[in-house]
Amino acid sequence: MSYKDVWVLSEQEDGKIKLVSYELLTRGRFLADKRNVKLVAIILGKSIDKEGLQELIYRGADKVIVIEDTSLEYFLPEPYANTVTSLIQKYNPEIIIASATTTGRTVMPAVAIKCITGLTADCTDLDIEEETGNLIQTRPAIGGNILATIMTPKYRPQMATVRPHSNKPLVPDNSRTGDIIYEKVDKSILKSRIKKLEFKINQDEDANIQDADVVISGGKGLKKEDNFQMIHDIAALLDGSVGASREAVDLKWATYPHQVGLSGKTVSPKFYMAVGISGSVQHLAGIKTAENIVAINSDPEAQIFQVADYGIVADLFEVLPVLTKKLEALKQ
Amino acid sequence: MKIIVPIKQVPETSNVSMDPETGTMIRDGVESIINPLDLYAIEESVKLKEEHGGEILVISMGPSKAEMAIREAISMGCDDGILLSNKEFAGSDTLATSYTLSQSIKKFNPYDLIICGERATDGDTGQVGPGIAAWLDIPFTTYVSKIKEVNENSMIVQRMVETGYEILEIETPCLLTVVKEINYPRLPSMRGKLLAKKKEIKTWGPDDIEAKRDYLGLEGSPTRVVKISKPKVSRGGEILMPKNESELDKAVDGLIEYLQKKEII
Ligand SMILES: Cc1cc2nc3c(=O)[nH]c(=O)nc-3n(C[C@H](O)[C@H](O)[C@H](O)COP(=O)(O)OP(=O)(O)OC[C@H]3O[C@@H](n4cnc5c(N)ncnc54)[C@H](O)[C@@H]3O)c2cc1C
Ligand SMILES: Cc1cc2nc3c(=O)[nH]c(=O)nc-3n(C[C@H](O)[C@H](O)[C@H](O)COP(=O)(O)OP(=O)(O)OC[C@H]3O[C@@H](n4cnc5c(N)ncnc54)[C@H](O)[C@@H]3O)c2cc1C
Repeated sequence: MSYKDVWVLSEQEDGKIKLVSYELLTRGRFLADKRNVKLVAIILGKSIDKEGLQELIYRGADKVIVIEDTSLEYFLPEPYANTVTSLIQKYNPEIIIASATTTGRTVMPAVAIKCITGLTADCTDLDIEEETGNLIQTRPAIGGNILATIMTPKYRPQMATVRPHSNKPLVPDNSRTGDIIYEKVDKSILKSRIKKLEFKINQDEDANIQDADVVISGGKGLKKEDNFQMIHDIAALLDGSVGASREAVDLKWATYPHQVGLSGKTVSPKFYMAVGISGSVQHLAGIKTAENIVAINSDPEAQIFQVADYGIVADLFEVLPVLTKKLEALKQ
Repeated sequence: MKIIVPIKQVPETSNVSMDPETGTMIRDGVESIINPLDLYAIEESVKLKEEHGGEILVISMGPSKAEMAIREAISMGCDDGILLSNKEFAGSDTLATSYTLSQSIKKFNPYDLIICGERATDGDTGQVGPGIAAWLDIPFTTYVSKIKEVNENSMIVQRMVETGYEILEIETPCLLTVVKEINYPRLPSMRGKLLAKKKEIKTWGPDDIEAKRDYLGLEGSPTRVVKISKPKVSRGGEILMPKNESELDKAVDGLIEYLQKKEII
């Protein structure tokens, strides 16, 4: 059989295309260009915003395949996995990538089994091997201690999930053109043995630190609860979320959903700032994939400086007010 | 209820050291433990058994020492265990692992529930749980943070997603992968430890699970780890030590320039 084209699995919520899907197109475009093939965006939903579909083209897709059905309004594992599988079997893409979101990481493993092929999880880098045209997939494993390079030489399609926010969307190019095709799938594959009864939005939106682009974390060095407000202030100025070390959580300066580290959350923001945090291995385990790390700590020997891209060895109570003031000035 | 809990034995990696030359893990003296995230699956199954009665079977695929992981699960309240260990299973990726586990689970039909950990701390894919469900063609969901209700033919669970919680009704038999928010795993009891010590743990190979050879081990694994490298640990960043107010001011300006350069502001 011949396999062709690169596919990206787009996601929507309430009919609106999610930002992660535009990010994913950047990856897909790069691979499609290297393979000299088309980039196809797949999107499942009930009634998907037309402008969003057009934007998939503007941001890199050559073609969009849309499947609309009431049973695809929101993510449910069975109808989603069955639909994607049936499309793959119909068109035989060479590569299919999805975002490593709760949706992507749930649907893709099931699709890979149905197609009997390989799936590489949570990649931070994707490329094409010159000689063979195979997909080179790079991902962190063992708690971020290693980077593994993985290939799927003999099976097709090659499948991977890509860590969200590990790259930026392309700037929309309104001169790009491409087909938007509405496909139908057999109703029988849209059955679900799961029903969604309810959805509760996180009240504490700020606690979604695992998805945040910017995370500002405070530790025991803040000395008391009132001072922790300074962390919130800086986070607000940078449109970021608030994280905390376990010490800070144990002292009740922040709640558990904000805890970063081995027994808390793993974050992979573009920017992580650790204030008054020593940088224990357990804390570092949660920030290994952060893109840029800045540390403020009065102890020049603090471990956190080992992983910092930029560090200030000083009393945080002197640094933060200056930083806050300068950021406020910039905002105006 | 009949509950099956697949568990993986992993190296203790919270303080892992890496060989800087080869980029591989230094395994000497590294303890093998139950995948920490599987403790939540075990705890949830024991809680369900305490509330609804029934039995819990743990299954682990791995080297013969993975028997220790099974015994530990029994000491926490699981009833029985099967070890899938055979050279033909070696080198399995998530496709082959989930196939092998699903074949063994078929031997225990009918069951009500399979509970997996969210992911293993070494391979770290989180793909085995959904994979097992796909092989068995049973409904499944992931990131479960609460089991709210157990009914005759279904259960109601809470699933954690990026923006909040879904409340789902799922038909049984089903598979759930659970997150650490779901419970606080108990420590093994004295009585449990004694029971675990005496328990006979069967070891199964490909014939015992009627496996198709093509789907096993390295041979049956589409993915290949072709290279392991070490991410740079020390980032060799710029560390400033301001001595006075004006140096501090400069250091903060440097930070702001850094933020601008990286397009964060
Ligand atoms: C199994 C296990 C799991 C764990 N999981 C986690 C986890 O998920 N997350 C986590 O964070 N920890 C975790 N820990 C705890 C971890 O070992 C550390 O105890 C914890 O991270 C320390 O928090 P901290 O850095 O805030 O406090 P400390 O280590 O006390 O560091 C405080 C820092 O503040 C600095 N400081 C003090 N005053 C000032 C000042 N005026 N200006 C600037 N700097 C100042 C100090 O120099 C020091 O470096 C875990 C531990 C274990 C055993
Ligand atoms: C560095 C590295 C990177 C890898 N990357 C990939 C990859 O991208 N794609 C891929 O297909 N394979 C990959 N593998 C292979 C993969 O680790 C193995 O297939 C492994 O057997 C299962 O995957 P996991 O550790 O990710 O488990 P996960 O899928 O993270 O485990 C989830 C749950 O499944 C159950 N489970 C998992 N393994 C077992 C077991 N052996 N016995 C019983 N229950 C189990 C547990 O309940 C566990 O909590 C990689 C291996 C290494 C060393």
